[in-house]
Amino acid sequence: MKTVPDAGGHFGEFGGRYVPETLMPALIELESAYREAKKDAGFRRELNGYLRNYSGRETPLYFAGRLTRELGGARIYLKREDLNHTGSHKINNTLGQALLAKRMKKKRIIAETGAGQHGVAAATAAALLGMECRVYMGEEDIRRQSPNVFRMKILGAEVVPVAAGTATLKDAMSEALRHWVSRIRDTFYVIGSTAGPHPYPMMVRDFQSVIGRETRKQVLMIEKRLPDVLIACVGGGSNSMGFFHAFRNDAGVEMIGVEAAGKGLDTSLHAASISAGTVGVLHGSKSYVLQDGAGRIRDAHSIAAGLDYPGVGPEHSYFFSSGRARYTAVEDREAVEAFIRLCRCEGIIPALESAHALAYALRIAPGMKPDRVIVVNLSGRGDKDAEIIMKNGEDK
Amino acid sequence: MNRIGSKFAALRQKGEKGLIAYITAGDPDFSSTREIVLRLEEAGVDLIELGIPFSDPTADGPVIQAASGRALAGGATPAGVISLVKSIRAESEIPLILFSYYNPIFCYGCREFAGDAAGAGADGLLVVDLPPEESRELRQFTDPLGMDFISLIAPTTGPARARKILGSASGFAYYIAVTAVTGTTRPDPESVRKDISRLRRISPVPVVAGFGISTPQDAAEIAAHADGIVVGSALVGIVEKNSRRKDLALQVASFAREIGGAIRTPPSVRG
Repeated sequence: MKTVPDAGGHFGEFGGRYVPETLMPALIELESAYREAKKDAGFRRELNGYLRNYSGRETPLYFAGRLTRELGGARIYLKREDLNHTGSHKINNTLGQALLAKRMKKKRIIAETGAGQHGVAAATAAALLGMECRVYMGEEDIRRQSPNVFRMKILGAEVVPVAAGTATLKDAMSEALRHWVSRIRDTFYVIGSTAGPHPYPMMVRDFQSVIGRETRKQVLMIEKRLPDVLIACVGGGSNSMGFFHAFRNDAGVEMIGVEAAGKGLDTSLHAASISAGTVGVLHGSKSYVLQDGAGRIRDAHSIAAGLDYPGVGPEHSYFFSSGRARYTAVEDREAVEAFIRLCRCEGIIPALESAHALAYALRIAPGMKPDRVIVVNLSGRGDKDAEIIMKNGEDK
Repeated sequence: MNRIGSKFAALRQKGEKGLIAYITAGDPDFSSTREIVLRLEEAGVDLIELGIPFSDPTADGPVIQAASGRALAGGATPAGVISLVKSIRAESEIPLILFSYYNPIFCYGCREFAGDAAGAGADGLLVVDLPPEESRELRQFTDPLGMDFISLIAPTTGPARARKILGSASGFAYYIAVTAVTGTTRPDPESVRKDISRLRRISPVPVVAGFGISTPQDAAEIAAHADGIVVGSALVGIVEKNSRRKDLALQVASFAREIGGAIRTPPSVRG
């Protein structure tokens, strides 16, 4: 595959920088600072040091033996990103961006968050590096992911509730962008997904691509060959792109991105931008979005706050249109079943987001031969979702 | 020369500054917007920016966000705004600029939008999230039709970049007077003066200032250094407060007249 993005941040017809002029100089400055940092061995050493000694990388590649036996098909491995410090893959990226912010002499970071995992990871990095941190979070998400709100506050971050729209991730990101415009000179915006204007989709992908690099090495060591299928959930797309990227040139490895089908793709209550959306421009980049015929962004829905977003990172749209990855969707109900199943079968409580990926693995594994290998990216842990599961009456 | 060019030429001849009024189209409904535009013209407004409402207006403060929400709730669409332009054009020759985010235009289809907007009588386009790096995909259709593509310059835009932007500017250049979203912060007249004088020296087109201008005093002070000013959130706020009143358009026009009076009074006469 050719190298993407191009100099303007385009992944084929997707990506780019669709932002007000006030932000453009900051994005250009950020891109050049990032490219310099990437080349700087000192920066890489510092980041890798934190990833190893602070976040606990590398994360294990765990063979889910009981689950594999129960399903009676392909061998299922879990990439345990849930074992990272703060409980998800999000820390890979916030450590990278916060170190970059420090290098750019910014004393203050802001972030948007849906499930709160990115917000917690941003608050953590800010505390670690002695920076001020403000997190924008939709009121609906504050309500349904309250444990993460407490964590952010305990870590010293200011959590700003966003009431606009559906009061979820999309609105939090819009509000963070507005605030960034007004504090552009002293503030670094730590975007948590492979979304937003260039250079974010590229930079977040790069920081997250440690997931796939480790997985590739680990699976080669254990299985002595590459996996047949990679499965990851896709909201904005950071865990999945980080997971897929190191395998992009391995033609025999099938990549499957699982979007949130909410109450069903035939209803309006879902968050499946690729499976059921059209191309549009949201939050600074061109990609698949959920919109009506007049270009109005539609409200998304998912039981998993981290997937509840009506857009997707541009590189996923590129992978979709080039056929490099396949995208499918899993409903709330099926994700909850997968959540419970992993808890009972392996003693691992997955994030509801990651449970979408797992649900798809449960669907296809039984039909595959036992010598086939599936790796699921278990992007986060599900302690934050305990209340939702209990309320759903799924605890019996 | 289109209506925007002729208007600025006429203003220059009279030694006057331009007054540009922004209102969100369809707030509270299209017939009110039409009436407001016609009354604004009577009140001495020189150019109109008609905002196409969008669900996620990331460059706008609370006032215009709320107006967009009301317009969308009332069923406003880009096609509806184009029909509005047509109906205004039936009665008025005031220069009309469509102010939009890119997604509604992209979704409409750039080629189709350019043709329909120009055909209805729109003179220019200002797409707030379409910087020069990405604007070719739209300008390839609007430029040949003689529609002006209004470029934005911000306080954060450096001199080299400003020169580049002005190199492809048409109609007028829009200087964003504050490092903020619309209608939230008052501009600092001194820094606006510095930036605008620098821009006017190198600009092939008139330079106007907008974002955050809400009082006759600020309008006068900033207009003194620019070729014109834009008033947006302050007018939209008046629409919001008076949206149920029969004399809505007159209320909006009366505020515009006050601003117009302030920017046209020579500094020596002002107290």
